[in-house]
Amino acid sequence: MSEQQTITLYPSRQFKDNARAALQDGELRTSLRTAMDYLMAKRLSAFPDGDELATLRTLGETIRQRCLAKLPELLEKLEAQLTVNGVQVHWAETTEQANEIIHDLIARRGGTLAVKGKSMVSEETELNHYLEARGVTAVESDMGEYIVQLAGEKPTHIIMPAIHKTKAHIAQLFHDKLPDTPYTEDVDSLIRIGRNALRDLYLKADVGLSGVNFAVAETGTLCLVENEGNGRMCTTVPDMHIAITGIEKVVEKLTDVVPLYSLLTRSAIGQPITTYFNMISSPRKTGEKDGPREVHLVLLDNGRSQAYADEQLRKTLQCIRCGACMNHCPVYTRIGGHAYGTTYPGPIGEIISPHMLGLENTKDLPTASSLCGACGEVCPVKIPIPEMLMRLREEEQRPAGEVVAHPLRGQGAAHTGKEALAWRTWRGLFGQPGAYKLFGWAATRLRGLTPPGQLGWTQNHVPLKPAAKTLHQLVRERDAARR
Amino acid sequence: MQPNHVAIPASGRARPTDVYFFGTCLLDLFLPEAGMDAITLLENLDLCVHFPQAQSCCGQPAYTSGHPNEARVVARAQLALFPNDWPIVVPSGSCGGMMKHHWPRLFAGEPEQALAEALAARVVELSDFLLNVLDFHPQDRGLPTRVAVHTSCGARREMNVHVTSWALVDRLANVERVVHDHESECCGFGGTFSVKHPDIAGAMVADKAASLQHSGALEFVTADAGCLLNINGKLAKDGERVFAGKHLATFLLERTGDKA
Amino acid sequence: MSARDNILAKLRAAPRSAPVEPDIAAHFEHFGPRWNEVEALRHWAAMMRSVKTDIVWCHAADWPQRLAEQVKARPVRSLLLAPQTAHGALAHAALEHNPLLTLKSFDRVVDEWKDELFNDTDAAFTAVRCGIAATGTLVLWPDADEPRTMSLVPPTHFALFDTRTLHADFHTAMTREAWPNGMPTNALLVSGPSKTADIQLTLAYGAHGPRDLVVLAVLPHHLTVAQLEDAA
Repeated sequence: MSEQQTITLYPSRQFKDNARAALQDGELRTSLRTAMDYLMAKRLSAFPDGDELATLRTLGETIRQRCLAKLPELLEKLEAQLTVNGVQVHWAETTEQANEIIHDLIARRGGTLAVKGKSMVSEETELNHYLEARGVTAVESDMGEYIVQLAGEKPTHIIMPAIHKTKAHIAQLFHDKLPDTPYTEDVDSLIRIGRNALRDLYLKADVGLSGVNFAVAETGTLCLVENEGNGRMCTTVPDMHIAITGIEKVVEKLTDVVPLYSLLTRSAIGQPITTYFNMISSPRKTGEKDGPREVHLVLLDNGRSQAYADEQLRKTLQCIRCGACMNHCPVYTRIGGHAYGTTYPGPIGEIISPHMLGLENTKDLPTASSLCGACGEVCPVKIPIPEMLMRLREEEQRPAGEVVAHPLRGQGAAHTGKEALAWRTWRGLFGQPGAYKLFGWAATRLRGLTPPGQLGWTQNHVPLKPAAKTLHQLVRERDAARR
Repeated sequence: MQPNHVAIPASGRARPTDVYFFGTCLLDLFLPEAGMDAITLLENLDLCVHFPQAQSCCGQPAYTSGHPNEARVVARAQLALFPNDWPIVVPSGSCGGMMKHHWPRLFAGEPEQALAEALAARVVELSDFLLNVLDFHPQDRGLPTRVAVHTSCGARREMNVHVTSWALVDRLANVERVVHDHESECCGFGGTFSVKHPDIAGAMVADKAASLQHSGALEFVTADAGCLLNINGKLAKDGERVFAGKHLATFLLERTGDKA
Repeated sequence: MSARDNILAKLRAAPRSAPVEPDIAAHFEHFGPRWNEVEALRHWAAMMRSVKTDIVWCHAADWPQRLAEQVKARPVRSLLLAPQTAHGALAHAALEHNPLLTLKSFDRVVDEWKDELFNDTDAAFTAVRCGIAATGTLVLWPDADEPRTMSLVPPTHFALFDTRTLHADFHTAMTREAWPNGMPTNALLVSGPSKTADIQLTLAYGAHGPRDLVVLAVLPHHLTVAQLEDAA
C-alpha cells in the first residue's frame, strides 16, 4: 500500500507552494525559458505550410476520435491480434494492479535487473519504487530519465525529462554517482559516460520494460518512437519485454500511425521524424536469433475510463503525449514540471491528472491557467484544453452532493461556501439592470473606500479603484447634454 | 505568430448605419473614458451608436471560474438588449470571444439558444470592426512616437484579430510600431487566475511589463481592458511613473486630434 | 469480474456517437511530395545527411568495392555480416582480404554470444528493405539472416540500400508494400545514427545505438552520381 501513497510524493495540494519555490529559482526559470523558446521555434519550423498543418491536425483529431469511439472493440481486437502474434496481454484497472502484474512476470523468472525505455505510464504507476521494494532494480535508460533517476528526482517534462538540469548539474551528478568518472561539462563526453554505463546493463538485464506510443489493433503492433536507441535495446536485448500503456493508446489501423507519428515528432521537438520508429509485432519466432522470447503488454486504466464516460471529457484521451502544450504554456514555462506534483505536468497534466488522482488531490490544477489558449492552438490532435479546464473548474466547484450523470472523483473539491456566495452576489448585482445601476452608482461614489488589499490582486498590482463615473453614466450625461 | 492561419474577411461585411456598443463591465467601472473614446471614434465615422443602458457584463468571470449557472443568469440579462439587426461592437477581445463563441455553448439546450446564436453572429471586436468593416484610415495629427501593441489572448486565439490592432496602428503616419519580446505570450490576467494564483500571474505580468518597457516603445496600446488593468496595475505597483498603456480607442482618438 | 471485464464494461457503458471516417490517403495524395526520381533521391540524401548519415553513392557493379573502402577508412576491426545472403556473400568476398578485419556472422542465437556482440563487434553490414524520401529514412525488416541487433548494437552500421525501392513518403511505403496484411516480428524506420538532446538541448550522436550510419546507396544504371550531387 505504501506505493500507492508515493504517488502523492508531491501532492498537488502543495501546488501553490511548489510553484512559488520554482518561481524563485532563477536558474530554473532561465533554463525553462531558453528550452521552451527553442522548442517553440523548432515546432514552428517543422510546419512551414499552414494549410498542411491545419489539415493534418484535423486528420489527427478525426483519427483519434474514431479510435476512441470504437475503444472497447479496438481493445478486444488488439488483444486478439497480439495473442495470435504470441504477445501476452494483461489488463490493470489500477496502478497497483499494473505493478503487481509486472512484478509477477519478472519474479517468475527470478529476474533482478530490468532496463527501462521511456514510459510515462510506468511513472504514473511508480513502478520503479514498487520493484525496488521487492528486490528488482529498474534502471531508466533514456538519457534524460537516467539523469533524473540518478539524481533521485522525477521527470520535469514528458519529452525532455531533464530539461531543468544544466550540464554543470549533470557533470557533478555523474562525477558523484558513477565510479571513476571525472568532472566534465562536455556534452559528448557526458553522453559517452551514460552510454557506457547503460550498455553494460542492457547486456545483463533480465527484462526490458517500455512504453508504447501507438498500439495497432489491425496488426497487433506496438509502435515506439525514439531517437536514442535505448528503446530498441530494452525491447530487443533482454529475453523478456514488458510494455505498459494506457488503454487509450490503441489505434485501429496501421495507416493511422502515419499522420499521428508525423504530428507527434514535429509538434514535440520540431523533427520531421525521429531516428527510430520501432514496430514490434511478436516475440522471437522459431529460427530467429535475437529478440525477447516473451513479450507482454499491460493495458492500464487508472482513471481513463472516468474521462471516457463523458463525451466532452473524452477528448482528453485524444492526447498523443507530444508535450507541445507544455512547451507553449506560459505557466509551465515559469514553474516547470515538478511544481505540478503529478506525472503529467503542464496543460495536459491539468486535464488528465484529475481523472487519475481525483479532483480532491488536484484541485489547484484546473485553475492554474490563464486560459490563454496557447495549448489548444498547438495541440496536434486539437484537444480543446481550455474548454476541458473550464469543465473541470465547474466540476470542482459543483457541490459534492449534487447528482450528475457522470460524477467525477473529487467533485466539489474546490467548492467553498464563501466563493459560492461571492458568485451568487455577483449574479444578483450583474444579472439585474436595476441592481447593476445601483452597484455602479455605489462603487463610483464609494471609490475612496477602495480596500488597499484585494485578495491576490494587490500582491502584484495597485488596488483596483472604480472610476468617478461609470460608462453608463457618461453616456447618459452626454445624451442629456445633446438633447 | 502564424499570420497565414488568420483569415480576416476584409470584405463581405456591409457598412451599417447603426451599431450597438457593449461596453463591458471592466471598462464600465474602471476605464469608462476608453469606452467613451471608442464611442466617439465610431460616431466620428458617421455611425449612430446605441448604448443599451441595461447592459452589464457578458458573464465571462463566472463562466471561466466554473460557475456557468451564475454566468448564464448574467448573460441572459443581456440577450434582449440588441433587438435590431445591427452589429454589436465590443471594445475587448476576450469579452467579444465570450459572446461570440461561448454564449452559444452557454445557452445550448436553453430556450434562448437561437437568440444567443443570432447575437453571437453579430458580435464584432472593435479593432476588427474599425479595420475590416469601416476601413478606417485615421488621419495622424500627433507627434512622431513609438508604441508597442499588446493583444489579448481572447482577441488572438478566439477572435483571430491580433493583426487588426497592428494594422490600425500601422496606418498612423507618425507612429512606429515596435515588436516586444514574446509578444504573443499572455500577460497573466486570466480573470480570477490572477487572484487565485497571484505568484504565477505575478511572474507573467512582470515579464510582460518588462518586455514592453524594454521594447523601445514610449507607451503601449491594447484593445482589452483586462490586460490593460493588469499591466498598468503592475507598472504602477512597481513605481513606474512614465511608461504605461492605454486602450487602442483612446490612442486612436488622440492621434486623430479628436480627443477632448 | 476481472480487470479486463470491468474496464470493457465501463467503456461500453459510455455514450458513443458514430465516428467520422478520416481520409488518410487523400491527405497524403494532396500534400505528399511530387518529385521525379532524381529529386526524390536528392531530398532523401539531404535529409539523411542532415542527421549525420554518410551516403556513398554506388552502382550494382561497384558497391562491394566501395564498402571495402569505407570499412578500411574507419576504425573497424571486426564486422558482422550474413554470408548466406547474396549481398552478404558479395560483401564477404570484398572484405575477406583485409588482414586487419575479422568477419563474423550471426550463426548462433544472440544469447550465446551477447558479450562478444556488445564488446567486441565494431560494425555490421545489412540490407535495407526500402527507403522513404520525405523524411530521409531507411526501412529495416530484420529476419533470421540479419537479426535485429545487427543494426543496433555495433557502433557502426553499414546499410545496403537499393535506391529503386525509394518511396516518396511513409504512407506510400506502407500502402504500396501492403504492410497491414502482415507485419514481421520487428519492422523499423531508421533515420540516422542514434542521437539525444537530453542534456541542455545539445545534440549528441551515439546515444545507445550506432554512432555512425553509412549507407551504400545503389543507383540504377541510368543514374550517375553527378546527377545527385551539386556541381559545387
